Amino acid sequence: MTFAQAAIYSLVGILVVFFALMLLMGVIKVLIAATDKTPEKAAAAPAAPAPEKPKALAPGTAGDIKLYDTDLRDAAMIMAIVADELKKPLNELRFISIREVK
Amino acid sequence: MDKILEILGNLGSTTGIAQLFAWNSSAELLDNLIACLGPVVMIVIACLLLFLGIKKQFEPLLLVGIAFGMLLSNLPGSGLYHPELWDGYIAGTVDLTTIFHEGGLLDILYIGVKAGIYPSLIFLGVGAMTDFAPLLANPKSLLLGAAAQFGIFAAFLMAIGLFNFEPNVAASIGIIGGADGPTAIWLTSKLAPDYLAPIAIAAYSYMALIPLIQPPVMRLLTTEEERKIKMEQLRPVSKKQLILFPIIVIIFVCLLLPSVAPLLGCLMLGNLFRVSGVTERLSDTAQNALMNIVTIFLAVSVGATAVAERFLTPQTIFIIVLGLIAFEFATIGGLVLGKIMCKLSGGKINPLIGSAGVSAVPMAARVAQTEGAKANPQNFLLMHAMGPNVAGVIGSAVAAGFMLAVFGG
Repeated sequence: MTFAQAAIYSLVGILVVFFALMLLMGVIKVLIAATDKTPEKAAAAPAAPAPEKPKALAPGTAGDIKLYDTDLRDAAMIMAIVADELKKPLNELRFISIREVK
Repeated sequence: MDKILEILGNLGSTTGIAQLFAWNSSAELLDNLIACLGPVVMIVIACLLLFLGIKKQFEPLLLVGIAFGMLLSNLPGSGLYHPELWDGYIAGTVDLTTIFHEGGLLDILYIGVKAGIYPSLIFLGVGAMTDFAPLLANPKSLLLGAAAQFGIFAAFLMAIGLFNFEPNVAASIGIIGGADGPTAIWLTSKLAPDYLAPIAIAAYSYMALIPLIQPPVMRLLTTEEERKIKMEQLRPVSKKQLILFPIIVIIFVCLLLPSVAPLLGCLMLGNLFRVSGVTERLSDTAQNALMNIVTIFLAVSVGATAVAERFLTPQTIFIIVLGLIAFEFATIGGLVLGKIMCKLSGGKINPLIGSAGVSAVPMAARVAQTEGAKANPQNFLLMHAMGPNVAGVIGSAVAAGFMLAVFGG
């Protein structure tokens, strides 16, 4: 096989990989769109009570964890350890708060 | 007395030492020296790999088995592995029945490699251990997983252009850049079985060295500001989506590229065991007992193929060099697309996660996390990098399927 032929095979190969994964990306987007709650359904669902006041969000969490005397690095490690011990993916767990016991 | 000497003489001629230094009077001096020294050199290399696996902990689960298989098949007179039988099998003059009758233990175990059983079963375990939620939360990760396959095709091109390898061998060398051991073994056992040992050793060694190989390229191709970018929290993924994902992936990918069905089929089956919630026992077996058993068989039988006359060649050195090139180009491919996506998204994507597209789960994602945290200690990229990381597994399987479809005929 000449270098030019090999270059053509390489080009076609990387295009096939991109095409396959882009197709898969499209399929996943359709899957997400089909399985996520539609706006109509969401509107029909009973309205949740309004939050009392906006909370300060901690970075790298599900959004509502409160940290008391705990820095972000320790919090991240604690969450990872808990997820590992429970054999559950981190995104399936909800942490409410982490407080340092003195 | 004569009888005793005769018995001792016969016994002596059956020892490994006698077979190691057996002199073939009809052969050239150099050939005799190579035949004598080859196994000794291989035994030394096997011991070196054992040292790297045990002491340095370079992918020990695989490397210890590979090194020990190499040691066993190069011990003179062990009769555990017969490469000439497999040459006959490829040529069509030897069938599996003959291999069962005349082969050694490692010949029998090697059938699982030749038939593509072990890599597929390893993928079953990998699927059971893999969380596809980060990929589902950010489907664009698939593009990074695709870009990182650039290394496969760059190495393929160089193997032909610079080292004059046959296309089937070049394809097997290129797949080292997929940074996925089972995929490399699966493709090489079908396209270039003579090169199985050096390719497997290169693939697993470089996977172990990812924390050394990737960071210089990552720092070279990204700016401090880019590495500091903090990414938004991933959206939650429902259980229904997690269950539907493996089913839909296998249908779509196999409709497009059926040759990849054994690998991706097992990967997705293992993942379905994990996420379905009703097959916990099967998921546990696939992740642990089955995975461990298959790892032993795979590693030992792949190592056994490293016999002196086939391993101690200049081609092995070329493969090691090309493997490193493949890894570096794979990292570059992921990073370059990461930078493009960073620009297009207005700086919302940290390009470092592109480097995780090379597979090597989860080592490459950890490296992205470490480099991101070095630039900004409050940067948590791990879950974002896991998306391209698992996308890379699918991408390298697709690339292997392409290579098999094109060069396997």
